[in-house]
Amino acid sequence: MAVTRFPLRAEGLADRMAGFIAHLRMNGMRLGPGETVAALAALSEVKATDPDQARRALKALLVPDAEGWRRFDDLFDSYWFNTGKQRQGQANAHVRVQSAKPALWQTHLGEDGAEQDGDVGQPDGSDDEAEGTEGRLIATRTEALSRRDLRELMDEDSLRAAEKAARDLARALRDRRSRRRRQATRGLDLDLRRVMRASLARGGEPLDLPRRRRPDRPLRIVALCDVSGSMTTVSRVFLAFLRGLISVDMRADAYLFHTRLMRVTDALRDHDSLRAAGRLSLMAEGFGGGTDIGGALKTFNEGYSTRAVNGRTVVIILSDGYCTGAPEVVADGLRRLQKRAHRVIWLNPLNGWQDHAPVAQAMAAARPYLDALLPANSLAALAALEPEFARL
Amino acid sequence: MREAELRERLAATGYVADETLSMALHLALTLGRPLLLEGPAGVGKTEIAKALAEVLNARLIRLQCYEGLDAGHAIYEWNYQRQLLAIRAEGAGEEALFSEKYLLKRPLLEAISQPERPVLLIDEIDRADEEFEAYLLEILSDFQITIPELGTISAQTRPVVILTANGTRELSDALRRRCLYSYVDYPDRDTELAILARRAPDIEARLAQQIIGVVQALRREDLGKLPGIAEMLDWAAALSGLGINDLSASPAQVQATLVCLLKTAADRDALPPEVMARIVGKVG
Repeated sequence: MAVTRFPLRAEGLADRMAGFIAHLRMNGMRLGPGETVAALAALSEVKATDPDQARRALKALLVPDAEGWRRFDDLFDSYWFNTGKQRQGQANAHVRVQSAKPALWQTHLGEDGAEQDGDVGQPDGSDDEAEGTEGRLIATRTEALSRRDLRELMDEDSLRAAEKAARDLARALRDRRSRRRRQATRGLDLDLRRVMRASLARGGEPLDLPRRRRPDRPLRIVALCDVSGSMTTVSRVFLAFLRGLISVDMRADAYLFHTRLMRVTDALRDHDSLRAAGRLSLMAEGFGGGTDIGGALKTFNEGYSTRAVNGRTVVIILSDGYCTGAPEVVADGLRRLQKRAHRVIWLNPLNGWQDHAPVAQAMAAARPYLDALLPANSLAALAALEPEFARL
Repeated sequence: MREAELRERLAATGYVADETLSMALHLALTLGRPLLLEGPAGVGKTEIAKALAEVLNARLIRLQCYEGLDAGHAIYEWNYQRQLLAIRAEGAGEEALFSEKYLLKRPLLEAISQPERPVLLIDEIDRADEEFEAYLLEILSDFQITIPELGTISAQTRPVVILTANGTRELSDALRRRCLYSYVDYPDRDTELAILARRAPDIEARLAQQIIGVVQALRREDLGKLPGIAEMLDWAAALSGLGINDLSASPAQVQATLVCLLKTAADRDALPPEVMARIVGKVG
């Protein structure tokens, strides 16, 4: 949370309010000068001398969404009571992951943390100091967390986050409408041509009003996820990701492969997550063993793909590209797949690492047949895929 | 009307609002801004508008949003059939055809052309398309609607606008900026007890405690669809209808009446009698 010192001298309430709005803006809320005016207007409608009433009024007025709703109370306290800095976010299931790296802002607190305890609730002592310290940025926990490597994220919350990122992706793909218009019973525009034609049967009165609309032409997702030994560390997150991808669209399809390929769409759609996990582990016998990407692609091309893949299908492959088979087979499989599918995308969990070059032979062989090779090494990377997907 | 007074009068209609919500409503009334309510399903977002209409003694106009909602269903539409009849029967001219007589007012136009301030409830705005949201923005900022054939219709009175959203789609920043905001969460224990007492006054205090305890405990379970306030009230009504006054004494009935609370098969499977017995046991 960015912290603003409460200015000791200010030209009345308006000035202080402008400071508060600036404080919120610095903390990522999008507020304009109009909000300052509105905030003052709102305070005149309530008993502004009662901090609690003022807080609730400003909260209703300035908060834009659920996230802001959670943060507002802290931001309010940190400005008007100058207590912001000690806040430590609550500890939760991430403890194991977090303990690897202490909260980032601890270092900023060193010199004045003790002094803060003393003047909680009072405006600050010196004005000069205020100017020097305004606007320091302190990283938040979630940011630190989302940049962590996927291998360290195994807890419920991050799985949920992966699922959500996948759902957003799937939505970005799904929302496609054709540019042409088709006859429809309901729709925005009248189909004038047909109105004319139909009116002939009614003696020239256009009583039937056929309409037309742009039909949906959603892209369909088919995902192939590698669950071999080299992927075990990230496979749980990827499974959650898979689940998210197919949960949005009933036509989406998901497959797992290691040395064999199996369809897991129905297992992943199971509402009971425990039962789904059971079914998956039964299916994935040899889960964590070797990989045969080429073989899996071959099976897919010869069997499922005739039904599952067409010109409006985006095929997503989640794999690190380490495989025991010949790279030519992988290349060949991808070439055939690319001909059939709209796009072929490879998400590689190794790809986001610094200095990583795709040295795996299969990866090098696959590269020419991919429409995109994207990193998938952290939650942030997964979430950042959305604009890429929207462009497809 | 001050904020506390508003809260009391809402309570008198049977709606127990917490302080943040009543403040948001108070500001919506005094500043004349729309109020956006977000929160999980079943916490009474829609009920707020109804209660507010009752308090203000105003007409409630409701626009239920859905995918594909368009101007013709939300704002106005010409009554084509009548127009055609008029042409045929009376040889009506253009002037006469495009008059109020042939205008079908849909909720938004209806709300704007009221002589007395109505409450306009735009329910589940996130289900409507983005294009519609953009159109709505124009109406919410100016409170006027332009009908090409008739001219611009300005609001005679500013409606009190309440929007609700469930988060099926991210709303645009522009819309959020125009609105006051309040996040309505599941009520805490005391508030929910107050709601139950208000809505079902004949339930004994001990049973009420148990019901709220169980419902609150269920909301902490990992369920697909958490029970909302309406579900809680249904369950309370079912229990009192069966003449139960102690949950722990009648586990079979409790299990049977769970249909009021749990609405998916997976959720029912997740709470077999043993688990329910444990939850009820904890509540006491």
